[in-house]
Amino acid sequence: MSQPMVDKPKISVRHLNFYYGSHQALKDNNLDVAENAVTAIIGPSGCGKSTHIRCYNRIYEMYKGQVATGEILLDGRNILEPSVDLIELRMRVGMIFQRPSPFPMSIFDNVAYGLRLQAKYSKSELESRVEQALKDAALWDEVADKLHDPGTDLSGGQQQRLCIARAIAVEPEVILMDEPASAIDPVGTAKIEELIGSLKSRYTIVIVTHNMQQAARVSDYTAFFYNGEVIEFGPTTDIFTRPRKKQTEDYITGRFG
Amino acid sequence: MRRRSIAGRKIANALVTAVAGSAAVSGLLVLLWILFVVAQKGLAALDWAFFTRLPAPPGEGGGGLANAVVGTLIITALATAAGVPIGVLAGTYLAEFSRDGRLAGAIRFCANILMGAPSIVVGVFVYTIMVVPVGHFSGLAGSAALAVIMLPVVTRTTEDMLRLVPNSLRESALALGAPEHKMIFQITIRAAKGGLLTGIMLSVARVSGETAPLLFTTLNSPYWSVDPTKPMANLTVTIFNYAMSPYADWQAKAWGASLLITAAVLILNLTARLLARERGARR
Repeated sequence: MSQPMVDKPKISVRHLNFYYGSHQALKDNNLDVAENAVTAIIGPSGCGKSTHIRCYNRIYEMYKGQVATGEILLDGRNILEPSVDLIELRMRVGMIFQRPSPFPMSIFDNVAYGLRLQAKYSKSELESRVEQALKDAALWDEVADKLHDPGTDLSGGQQQRLCIARAIAVEPEVILMDEPASAIDPVGTAKIEELIGSLKSRYTIVIVTHNMQQAARVSDYTAFFYNGEVIEFGPTTDIFTRPRKKQTEDYITGRFG
Repeated sequence: MRRRSIAGRKIANALVTAVAGSAAVSGLLVLLWILFVVAQKGLAALDWAFFTRLPAPPGEGGGGLANAVVGTLIITALATAAGVPIGVLAGTYLAEFSRDGRLAGAIRFCANILMGAPSIVVGVFVYTIMVVPVGHFSGLAGSAALAVIMLPVVTRTTEDMLRLVPNSLRESALALGAPEHKMIFQITIRAAKGGLLTGIMLSVARVSGETAPLLFTTLNSPYWSVDPTKPMANLTVTIFNYAMSPYADWQAKAWGASLLITAAVLILNLTARLLARERGARR
């Protein structure tokens, strides 16, 4: 297990356990996330997919009684150590959530929010970075003439791309996506999947999805989770064409879950 | 099992509808009656002099309640300035910093008790700590009493409104690397802004009609009084004094003051509702 499971691991998860109070939600998870690739996490509802990636930026710490043990090595450093600065960690590891969550402010200010947290940019610098982020998120053409309208006025799919723009504006190294298209219509979903493909050359992406076709379409590696355990992990083509474990095969052929 | 006849059920339905409907109508009628009487008698007393002149001696006629209008505005403004920031911060603490801590439970319990405390008790309390030591009534003491009455209302509405903000918004801010205080003051409170404003307006409306807490604290004054360290003229205690007086002119002024207060409370409530509706439409 100490050997890397992928070529260039950006994140290595070793013996990760997670507890909601006394309930253990993750059991001895071991996983490698390849750099500049898309890693999909699939599995039935409640199997711990979201819980797993919520450890990567320690967002769970917002809630009392949630504890993670083990190691999550980001470029070799264990980010679960108490000495890790959470603000710095979260600037390196961005996150997109299931429901689009634009802040109650203008489209421009939404994207500029993280930038303003980072440093004091000049107005023109801020403007060009916001524009670039919106272009990278394939939203610029739709909002260029209404940057100062509230972000909440956009459609659901546009809101989610706004959240993606907001996350990539601060240039993180890793982007976590927690079922980013599950609340979005098919057209919006297609746009987001396309976007994921174009982002992976610059970012390491981990996506949780309950949609197996989506995982097959967008990812390079896939981990199948069941009951808080990593049942199988490997290149996406292997997982979908010749799974080694019967549980994986049953799941991807739709026999349960 | 015997089934009840459809006709019987229809009759019962009509009966209950009629009883509930007439209860609603009679409640509304009483309210409209009060508004009608206040408007009718009050409008007759409201003229330009009412807002610009000082009170005339009893029986002389004429004059106005300019001092009481200004006094009520000052007292309410000071109470708002003290009660709202403390209440909003306390509510923020309850909703954001100490969600289920023991201290939060104690504060919530106290706020609930305080919310049910009769306002006259608050008046007597402030009397003993702010009037007795200095030896005279003051506008400040009245503001303090009103602030104490506002405090639990603002605290609880702030907490309720902040709890309505979805956690996904908090997580999004933290996930961008925002420190907790920025997440709260730049995102959560902004998201709850409409609700907070509504709550604040309702609490101002609630205290602007209070009389009992002012009787022991601010008292009243027949003179021009804008110094809040001295007794101040105010509308509600003036209504109390004038309405009980034997002079027809003073009684008319009391109606005028009543209409003014009622209208102010009505406007505050309507504005709060409009704000709330606009917020609902946005979502």
